Amino acid sequence: MNLTMLMYLIPSLIMFACGVYGFITRKNLIAILISLELMLNSVDLNFVIFNRFLFPGQMEGMFFTLFAIGIAAAETALAIAIVINIFRSIKNIDVRKITKMKF
Amino acid sequence: MNYDQFFMMQQELGVLAVFLIVFLFDTFCGKNSRSAVTPLAILCFGIVTVCGFFCPSTGEAFAGMYATTPVISAIKSILNVGALIVMIQAVNWVNSEEGAVRRGEFFELLLVTLFGMYLMISARHFLLFIIGLESASLPLAAMVAFNKNKYESHEAAVKYIFTAIFSSAIFMMGLSFVYALSDGSLYFADLAQSIALGGNSVLLVTALAFVIAGFGFKLSLVPFHLWTADVYQGAPTSVTSYLSVISKGSAAFAFLVVLCHVFGAVYSEIWEWMMYALIILTITVGNLFAIRQRNMKRFMAFSSVSQAGYIMLGIIAANVLGMTSMIFYILVYIFSNLGVFGVIQSIENKTGYVSMDDYRGLHKTNPWLSFAMTLAVFSLAGIPPFAGFFSKILIFTGAVESGSPALYVLVLIALINTIISLYYYLLVVKAMWISPDEPVVPVFKSAGSERFGLWVCCAGIIFLGLVSCIYSWIYDASELAASEGFFITLG
Repeated sequence: MNLTMLMYLIPSLIMFACGVYGFITRKNLIAILISLELMLNSVDLNFVIFNRFLFPGQMEGMFFTLFAIGIAAAETALAIAIVINIFRSIKNIDVRKITKMKF
Repeated sequence: MNYDQFFMMQQELGVLAVFLIVFLFDTFCGKNSRSAVTPLAILCFGIVTVCGFFCPSTGEAFAGMYATTPVISAIKSILNVGALIVMIQAVNWVNSEEGAVRRGEFFELLLVTLFGMYLMISARHFLLFIIGLESASLPLAAMVAFNKNKYESHEAAVKYIFTAIFSSAIFMMGLSFVYALSDGSLYFADLAQSIALGGNSVLLVTALAFVIAGFGFKLSLVPFHLWTADVYQGAPTSVTSYLSVISKGSAAFAFLVVLCHVFGAVYSEIWEWMMYALIILTITVGNLFAIRQRNMKRFMAFSSVSQAGYIMLGIIAANVLGMTSMIFYILVYIFSNLGVFGVIQSIENKTGYVSMDDYRGLHKTNPWLSFAMTLAVFSLAGIPPFAGFFSKILIFTGAVESGSPALYVLVLIALINTIISLYYYLLVVKAMWISPDEPVVPVFKSAGSERFGLWVCCAGIIFLGLVSCIYSWIYDASELAASEGFFITLG
């Protein structure tokens, strides 16, 4: 069976949509971070898919993905550190509790 | 390998050198001499700033991924000046109990973000651009979380880092669609060419919407501005001032490069209308929400949201005058905003007051601070003798130069909003000078560094508008960039 580009692209876009949905609805900071990770990974997938199917001779999308993975790791590390700080000060990582500053 | 190309990156290398000096000194010096890191950082960075003005470079590096032209040197020098003023104003806070534990780290993080911003401004390939963007925004989150003993600082940091990741994910999603439309290369020049050939398509509209949304988060344009007030309020005030001027200024210039250079071919078809709606929303909503703020830092957050809308007028103009006036606006905005933040900071450091109600009758106890604040606020509002007036006039002129009636309407709306903004800016002035109540803030003498920073800001506010050689310096640089094909033929 021959897989077309669309069959790869649709799962990636679904993943992105799930990430956005999770970012908006989840109440736990770690769960939000996981949703963000989903979004970043779907971007990586997108680049790889486009590179593989549209520009098979070139590598630019692959390289971009490698760098994007590195950047995503750095982002996650920093976000986790900040979430730990939050946890230390209020013993909670529920977004409904992080509302000292509002409007 | 050709090592000459590294000399092209003198601004970046300068910042990097200062970073290394500060980092090594902070790591290896003894406990007793650790406080020397502050003057060391400021001195070294001052030298880099001055050198940046006198040796602008032109050329390309890394196979065209990195490019520098006179106009890029100009914006980097301007941002250097702003960062230097932020550093000088931060001295008192950094040496206080709050900051002294990690004194060196403040300067290190600041320099790293500056390095990232310069890469982002100079990038001519989206890979380098993303690296610059991320190395500008990630250390900033650490800076926002700098105040380890204060809960607000963490809350602000968590809000900042999550929106930053969200926005860069959205931005990169848009980028992947742009990549699908390209000819397999992420160079700005190649992308511009394939977009001009491909023309308008649904995929391109989606991609541009994503890209503009990603930038909108960084610049706090209106539907994407919700993080701004919380982050500005929670972050240490020095970091807030850095966030509001340098981070915004560099992102605005990078936005100009991406829209006018890469997507210039589809200006009137796609992004003119997107930006049109964004600018109207940004200016209006920013102004209306600023009216009801009592906390000075939140107030300045909404003021900076609406100022970002004015800066965007330079992008929608998409011509030489627009580019020049945008850079000039950023320059004036740096001085005016840092003036306001300098006053907020010195009052907060001495007394802990940040509410507008605490500023009542300030002129009785601290006339000079009230004077500096008044100058800065007048400049932000655009009252004639001060620089803010000239920068607003220029940016309006740039926007209407193309002559399209829609842009005239846009400028009219911006003008009406200037009047609204005058109301809330004058609320501060009224509280300081006219309010009959007894002053809340006691008499105090602010630290020498803060006073010096405020004098520089006041001098900038008074003279920038009158000394026309600064404007013509920027204009010449922008015209050169335009003659080298910066603006892709606008369709």
